Amino acid sequence: MPKVAAEVAVAATDPRRILLLVLALLLSSGAQAAVLPADRADIMYHKYEGGGMTIDGPSVLVRKAVSDSVSLSANYYVDQVSSASIDVVTTASPYTEERTEYSVSGDYLLNKTILSLGMTTSSENDYDATTYFLGISQDFFGDLSTLSLSYAYGADDVGMSTDPTFNEDIRRQNYQFSWTQVMTKNLIMNFNYNIITDEGFLNNPYRSVRFRTESGYSYEPELYPETHTSHAFAVRGRYYLPIRAAFLFDYRRFNDTWEISGYNIEFGYIQTFLEHWTAEAKVRYYKQSEAEFYSDLFSRSREFQYRARDKELSDFTDTTFGLGISYEFKPQWAGNWVEKASANLMLDFINFDYNNFRDLRVEGREPGTEPLYSFDATVTRLFLSVWF
Amino acid sequence: MNTTRANRSMKRLRALVLLTLAAVLVSGCSTVKPWVKPYERTNLADPIMSFSRDPVAQVYLHHVYQAREGARGAEGGGGGGCGCN
Repeated sequence: MPKVAAEVAVAATDPRRILLLVLALLLSSGAQAAVLPADRADIMYHKYEGGGMTIDGPSVLVRKAVSDSVSLSANYYVDQVSSASIDVVTTASPYTEERTEYSVSGDYLLNKTILSLGMTTSSENDYDATTYFLGISQDFFGDLSTLSLSYAYGADDVGMSTDPTFNEDIRRQNYQFSWTQVMTKNLIMNFNYNIITDEGFLNNPYRSVRFRTESGYSYEPELYPETHTSHAFAVRGRYYLPIRAAFLFDYRRFNDTWEISGYNIEFGYIQTFLEHWTAEAKVRYYKQSEAEFYSDLFSRSREFQYRARDKELSDFTDTTFGLGISYEFKPQWAGNWVEKASANLMLDFINFDYNNFRDLRVEGREPGTEPLYSFDATVTRLFLSVWF
Repeated sequence: MNTTRANRSMKRLRALVLLTLAAVLVSGCSTVKPWVKPYERTNLADPIMSFSRDPVAQVYLHHVYQAREGARGAEGGGGGGCGCN
């Protein structure tokens, strides 16, 4: 029996060794060429504005190969939050805060396989998170297929700015399988399956649910289950058109143990013109059902074991229209050091439409008859990319 | 007794699946002929055909959706290991 097959038979009895086995198989099989990501630097200003919230800040990414087989990258990202959202207006006070995130990762090209390791850490005044990432990617069948497997482990510390003694934690695990396939000389597709499981304090310590009282309604803290597992499957593709344009599509289905199910579908079009310019447009539609323990208005205090009134867990749809424009150029002043650069502006307009989350800013209505909430948001991404 | 037998069957099934996977991975690469030849991949190599053309911008948009939608995961491209709440 070949050595690899013998190892398969032994390892099959122990699920903990299956992942290692698959990694070993990937490393030992006769693969085709894999390529490290290109050296580049990106600097972006991002802004989200809508529903009483403004979140903006910079993001800087630098990726550089340090040898023929190793490429390193680092990312610095900031969210500067100014919030007077509907949750804040109805149950708390407007606030500002800052979240800073650092990521580092490395890719190692070994026997035509790419091994990736990474780490992300973020902090804000009442929340710290760290995630470790391990991935492997390999091309098969003359580079027509690429298989990627990844695992991420995250540990979060949850605090409360109003209570220094409050300290809870979350453990997160993320398993991802991705298969990218060249279908024809003009069509490439990707299939992605992702399981994410969380354990710990999963609700927002500041958020409340409302329940009926004799005089109207009152509030009490949310309470979520301490485990949450979700499954997501996506299929996406890009089709090349002979006028140097591309048609894009993306479909994803989602369900979880909180009984939320949803999907999103997206179509896009990219067109190059006048040699240096690229324009793109897209439309995306998202729909989800509500969590089994969600209610806009509970009948009484502690009606059920778990309770939520987070609009993210409610029944809603959102629709995005996106536009983007890019200009590619070669900065002459940089000489041979810079291969090319591009200046980019992308704008996304999103409408959120809630089917069971009511606007409590409207007063004088019988509880449960307030108008349903909806809002519009604008997402701006302005960035400069340099390849060197 | 039946449980033990069922466990054995399950282990055999798992071994069979993994042996098949091993066979495909180890031998398949050398026998399957690419139906799109390297010189026919010019269009696919165009940056507009990349699933992760602008990683910074793409990761940010994933972050925007993850913070406001119940769905998460399988974003593709520059996604994965967000670490955000």
